Amino acid sequence: MRDLSDRSLDTAVQLGASYADVRVVRRLEESIAIKSGRVEGVASGESEGQGIRVLVDGAWGFASSSDLSAPEADRVAAEAVRIARASATALRNRVRLDDRPPARGTYETVIQEDPFAVPLEQKIGDLLAADDIARNVKGVAFTETRYDAQRETRTFAATDGSWTEQTFTHVGAGIEANAIDGDEHQRRSYPDADGGPFKAAGYEFVRGLDLAGRAGPLAEEAVALLSAPQCPSGRFTIVLDPSQLYMQVHESCGHPTELDRVFGTEASYAGTSFLTTDKLDEGFRYGSDLIDIVADATAPGGMGTFGWDDEGVAAQAVPLVRDGIFVGYLTSRETAPRIGRSSGGAMRADGWNRIPLIRMTNVNLLPKPGMSLDDIVTSTDDGLYLASNRSWSIDDRRLNFQFATEVAYEIKGGKKGRLFKNPTYTGITYEFWRSCDAVGDESSYVMLGTPNCGKGEPGQGAHVGHACSGARFRDVQVGVGKW
Amino acid sequence: MSAGLEPLAAGVRAVALAEAAGADEVEAVVSADEARLTRFANSEIHQNVAETNGSMNLRVAIGRRVGVASSNRLDDEGLRRLAETAVAIARNSAELEDWAGLPEPTPITQIPAAFSSGTAGSTPEQRADGVRAVIAAADAAGVRAFGSFSTSVERLAVTNSNGIRAEQARTVAQLLTVMMAADGGSGYAEGAGVDVSSIDAAAIGREAAEKARATANPVSIDPGDWSVVLEEYAVVDLLALLAYVGFSALAVQEERSFAEPGKVIGSELVTIVDDATEPGAMPMAFDYEGVAKQRVVLVERGVCRDVVWDTQTAARSGRQSTGHGLPAPNSYGPFPLNMVMSPGEAGRDELIGGLGRGLLVTRFHYTNPVHPKLAIVTGMTRDGTFLVEDGKVVGPVRNLRFTQSYLAALAGTTAVGRDRRTLRGDFGGVLVPAVRIDGWTFTGATEH
Repeated sequence: MRDLSDRSLDTAVQLGASYADVRVVRRLEESIAIKSGRVEGVASGESEGQGIRVLVDGAWGFASSSDLSAPEADRVAAEAVRIARASATALRNRVRLDDRPPARGTYETVIQEDPFAVPLEQKIGDLLAADDIARNVKGVAFTETRYDAQRETRTFAATDGSWTEQTFTHVGAGIEANAIDGDEHQRRSYPDADGGPFKAAGYEFVRGLDLAGRAGPLAEEAVALLSAPQCPSGRFTIVLDPSQLYMQVHESCGHPTELDRVFGTEASYAGTSFLTTDKLDEGFRYGSDLIDIVADATAPGGMGTFGWDDEGVAAQAVPLVRDGIFVGYLTSRETAPRIGRSSGGAMRADGWNRIPLIRMTNVNLLPKPGMSLDDIVTSTDDGLYLASNRSWSIDDRRLNFQFATEVAYEIKGGKKGRLFKNPTYTGITYEFWRSCDAVGDESSYVMLGTPNCGKGEPGQGAHVGHACSGARFRDVQVGVGKW
Repeated sequence: MSAGLEPLAAGVRAVALAEAAGADEVEAVVSADEARLTRFANSEIHQNVAETNGSMNLRVAIGRRVGVASSNRLDDEGLRRLAETAVAIARNSAELEDWAGLPEPTPITQIPAAFSSGTAGSTPEQRADGVRAVIAAADAAGVRAFGSFSTSVERLAVTNSNGIRAEQARTVAQLLTVMMAADGGSGYAEGAGVDVSSIDAAAIGREAAEKARATANPVSIDPGDWSVVLEEYAVVDLLALLAYVGFSALAVQEERSFAEPGKVIGSELVTIVDDATEPGAMPMAFDYEGVAKQRVVLVERGVCRDVVWDTQTAARSGRQSTGHGLPAPNSYGPFPLNMVMSPGEAGRDELIGGLGRGLLVTRFHYTNPVHPKLAIVTGMTRDGTFLVEDGKVVGPVRNLRFTQSYLAALAGTTAVGRDRRTLRGDFGGVLVPAVRIDGWTFTGATEH
């Protein structure tokens, strides 16, 4: 790969590039999908290719190909340069990159049990065992159980002498039970719907989930929700389980702190951000004093953990919110200098055929010593405990959000009680986070995240991590819409 | 790999290799893609990309055991490994009791309107020309332009061991722009089609710029039930989400769909079909199982008529596939990829004039089902929301959140526009008119 990368970079420079970087990526994937005991899909995928990004006359160009031959490397480099020259015809500000030392070294996800070495029959058996338990619960309409594994080997080379080799292994598994009665369709999932959150780990993560042990109670709760009362509407105290809180962090903390959004470069698709740079300068109060949020690319097990980002910037932990005050962004080599900082290393690309964009790494809501999640419930006289995300939406500046969860439990006198179905809640981002009066301690702190964070044109998916412990919020609007 | 790749020949080779490796049935879906996209923000090009890729999805069955493997390594060694991998997966998988087998050949009619040599040969310089035309419109209006201009060509072949030999070439071009003004204004416009020359970049730029100017200094209004006119850009979302939650045969079989033949789900003004032969809906000749596309009437004058089917779901219900299969493995089921809503008789002025007091909505943002079976969806308005009084647009309003049943929206449709636009939805080409709907439920507001 070194020869191929060197050739691409040499060709780009000879044709006029002032800077170039090239990534050669090979991705292996394996998936198993089971529906109601039926092994619906067992698949293996392999994709490899090269992508070269060049700066010519201060403008970007990028080209990519699945062909890893030397002549194709020349063609792709030349195409990238031609594209950059076309970009330069509609350019108002030349691109400037911050300085960083050349990146050199290797990185590999620490795993105990290689998921690709575990026999397929065993993996199918593990999933079927859990699926069987769930679908045999009376009243369950259908079940879905999934497993996914991904291994990506990525080399990065740049004209400044950078050369890194990284290998990432991510696995995920999950189960969901669905119960249907007329127009009512209720779902419970563990650890999350659509295959569960991935983790940077080996098959030991799947074993540790104990899907079979969770399947029965999960399915029973899905059926019970059919006859549960509709979640009430009004202003409530709510406690968010980590299975919902991570999504709240993702949408209302992670995305608005992406500095490219702030500068408008995602405006035509995902939108911009209310966290404009004047709010960084003024020390904007994002949340209550309890809110500490860090983008940590070094967090063990996170889907956003790496050695270097896709610009060759070393992994680091970047504070975004400290004691409730907005203090930082997710940044790149191009955007960080515009606010007088160095890149925080958040540029990530979805494979060989996409450019790196500013993406979340592991955006974590740090735990607070003092109250466990159970203590938070015990200290709540009247409220709702919401778990397991079912729906999410937020406006194009990341202010007005609305979430639905699979289940709400009534809290009365410090105890979780009866179920409510179809819970929703809504709010304005900074008002919501300012209303937080309790964050759980380490005892419930768990690394979750999503393997399908969408951004960019053409579309890119990202594996991003979110660790959190659960939290309580006061005076939140619950129960939205007509039911 | 794409430049020299002959999709049909590669598929035939892979089928033979998998049969030699022990497969009883084999299907190869081969795609050779060239995709180009020029992106702009703050009235300059900031991202500009190209991709060349060729890939194959190989599905094999040994008895009732099925395995799928995919790869973009399509040289001889790559194909051999792909075939062996798919066969090994099938051998180690579990039996599917109701495995329907792979489809038999059906007559396929090629659709010349699906391909444009102009789009296939589009250059970065031509896309930059289009972007500069959009930016010029923004400059003239004193606003900033953001957006993308993309062109792609896909050569797709499906072959299987039953004799299917299907091949087609398709092109898609799309130019979209959001324009924003310093005074809070924001506007959107889009053009899409098979032929890039059908996209008038300057006109798209002017449309978005005018709307960005017209939305300056929006005022707040209270959420609640409003009559609305949804422009075509918003109607795309209506159709896409209804397809997602209901118009698939698998959704019906799993009882998670609202669809039921003969059930009234919309006003008499609403007719929706999936028609892959419609030139305005970015046509396709066949699906990802190599089955010829059929026109399927989903809603006829408000009455649900049918859903779309693939080979597996059709076999379960004693039907024939309508040519709506997706690449395997596919746990979501068949899907409509070429949705068309019939035009009505109302001009734009009549649509808005009939509102009395209501809202004109340009487009939606970040919509997501809240209750799939009732098709209750939440989302935001974006890039141009206006108050209408006495049938006339009186000014811009800040964006609103809605939590609305899209089925109730079909039932509340009181007028349908006579003009339609070809647009690129999340799931394929869409041909849609604007519509007027009573009783749209807005449930929240934001600050812009």
